[in-house]
Amino acid sequence: MTTVLNVSGVNKRFGGLQALDNVNLKVEEGQTLAIIGPNGAGKSTLLNVCIGRITPDTGSVEFHGEILTGKHPYEINQAGVARVFQTPEIFTELNLLENVMIPALSKRDGTYHFNIIARMKEEKQIQAEALHFLEDFGLEEQRFSDAGSLSRGDKRRLELAMCLVQHPKLLLLDEPTAGMSRLDTNSTIELLKKIKERGMTKIIIEHDMQVVFSLADKIVVLAQGAIIAEGTPDEVKNNPKVQEAYLGDEHA
Amino acid sequence: MDTVSRKGELRLMLIFSAAVLLMPVWLSPFGAAYPDLLQKFAIFGIFAVGFNILFGLTGYLSFGHAVFLGVGSYAAVWSFKLFTMNVIPAVIFGVIFSGIFAALIGFVSLRRSGIYFSILTLAFAQMSYNLAYSVLTPITNGETGLQLRLHDLRMIDALFIEAGEGLPLTNLFGIKMSGYPGFYFCAVLLIIGFYLALRVKNSPFGLALKAIKSNQTRMGYTGFNSRPYMLSAFMISGMYAGLAGALLAVTDPLAGAERMQWTASGEVVLMTILGGAGTLIGPLLGAGLIKYFENIFSSYDDSLLHQAFSYLPDAMNDVVVGMISPFVGDGWHLTLGALFMVIIIFLPGGIVGGITHLWQRLVKKNQEPTEMEGKQQ
Ligand SMILES: Nc1ncnc2c1ncn2[C@@H]1O[C@H](COP(=O)(O)OP(=O)(O)OP(=O)(O)O)[C@@H](O)[C@H]1O
Ligand SMILES: [Mg+2]
Repeated sequence: MTTVLNVSGVNKRFGGLQALDNVNLKVEEGQTLAIIGPNGAGKSTLLNVCIGRITPDTGSVEFHGEILTGKHPYEINQAGVARVFQTPEIFTELNLLENVMIPALSKRDGTYHFNIIARMKEEKQIQAEALHFLEDFGLEEQRFSDAGSLSRGDKRRLELAMCLVQHPKLLLLDEPTAGMSRLDTNSTIELLKKIKERGMTKIIIEHDMQVVFSLADKIVVLAQGAIIAEGTPDEVKNNPKVQEAYLGDEHA
Repeated sequence: MDTVSRKGELRLMLIFSAAVLLMPVWLSPFGAAYPDLLQKFAIFGIFAVGFNILFGLTGYLSFGHAVFLGVGSYAAVWSFKLFTMNVIPAVIFGVIFSGIFAALIGFVSLRRSGIYFSILTLAFAQMSYNLAYSVLTPITNGETGLQLRLHDLRMIDALFIEAGEGLPLTNLFGIKMSGYPGFYFCAVLLIIGFYLALRVKNSPFGLALKAIKSNQTRMGYTGFNSRPYMLSAFMISGMYAGLAGALLAVTDPLAGAERMQWTASGEVVLMTILGGAGTLIGPLLGAGLIKYFENIFSSYDDSLLHQAFSYLPDAMNDVVVGMISPFVGDGWHLTLGALFMVIIIFLPGGIVGGITHLWQRLVKKNQEPTEMEGKQQ
């Protein structure tokens, strides 16, 4: 198996707070890795390091053998890493169709393309692709409404569609089901399972254990910036250290 | 309305071209159909349309766009002095030089966004304004302004045309560029400029600009490098301003540094917001209205006012004139300021925004059940 992502020796301090403490992590092709841990454990920070939002103090992130540390976010995305944020980052003033067309355009045209010849209406292929992904998420009927008018759960699903339309090699999901109804959570799980069957590599941060255990091949437990346990779902479930630090209060 | 089809664009362009070219006809009831004012409508229309590409689409508010207006004028006058009185090279030089200036100023200013960007552009504009009065006087002729002289080189003209008596006139292959021909020349360029702006707005490039305005962070994580997009938009709008500046020189061949003053930069911001930033027609409306009212208001002075209100008894006349006179003549900017405040407070989307809002309300009332469709338009 090929290693898609290799995080090695990453440290990050925010003032007096050790947000990431010597984190080492490997994600293999096709794998779904779940990162769990209490609030403030550094989970989002770890993803931020991966996508170039935060530069680590020490350590590096390699993606298919290419060093990502120090690169611009847009270069990292062009390399094939897409991310869903904990608070949805979407184009609130644009409609849903445009929201999904933009990442599709970036995938096709690269970081910069001065194209004022084509009309958006004539970008049939891009439109069809965007629409297809909106349909997958049951959002096609709202395609002409502003993304800002969506519910929290729908915003998340839109953001997921925006990531998937790029066919990323690595998908990073920061609590993709937070704020969703049970029904929507279940349909999102189904969708993520489908993506998994297609062999997409994913990292998923999730508090909802049902989601974690139904999707993850491997779980990493983070507490106070350090990895305290990792392994298959069963190994992690039975690890006493984990029960103490995290699962304990939920299973008690 | 954003994704206009080819047919829709064509229809819009036909209506627009007709409206612009027929301005001398439909503006005459308003007493605005004389060449000098019509030229101003077209020229400042170009300025505002270009400014809107930057401000309306990307949300970056430049407070120094008059620099490019000034650069365009200087470049055009130099073209008249050095090469030929033909306006084509003058316009081309105006656009090229303002493009170069916009590239430099944009490269630095775009390192920041929001208010810092605005302040950087303002600082550059004030620097350029001061330089024009000091170090650069050999180029700008300082306070006197750059003017045509009898003994200018006019290298190209010298080859083909025998120098006549007095100062030569700007021309388009022999057609004099004052009066109505001057207006039609500006009008044609406005139509071309409007078409380009329309293309920018409805293209993938324009969508990227709108996305930058909406969420620049997401743009980065979506694989777009905002910097070159912003720089392109900045340069394009700077070149529109340069074109407008060159046309000012075409219709009246002189150039002065006051064209670059911050009030001139502020004026185009007012035009755009007044008409409706981000809309296609709004900035044009704003430019037209401001130039129209400027023309009316600034032409009045106290004695004219006394005449206008002469039907009132003397005491009343004095009171009324006393109340109105601060707002006319040189006080026109006071009126403009008040008008601007009213718009910002009551019509945040500008005139076009207000009309669209009204329209949507009407549509909603008339077809309650198909509300969704109204939104899709
Ligand atoms: N940019 C930043 N500047 C300063 N402190 C930060 C920054 N980002 C995160 N932190 C701090 O680092 C710690 C880890 O934050 P992080 O967001 O990674 O936690 P998390 O595991 O994602 O928590 P949650 O489950 O609440 O999302 C927190 O204490 C947070 O306050
Ligand atoms: Mg988090």
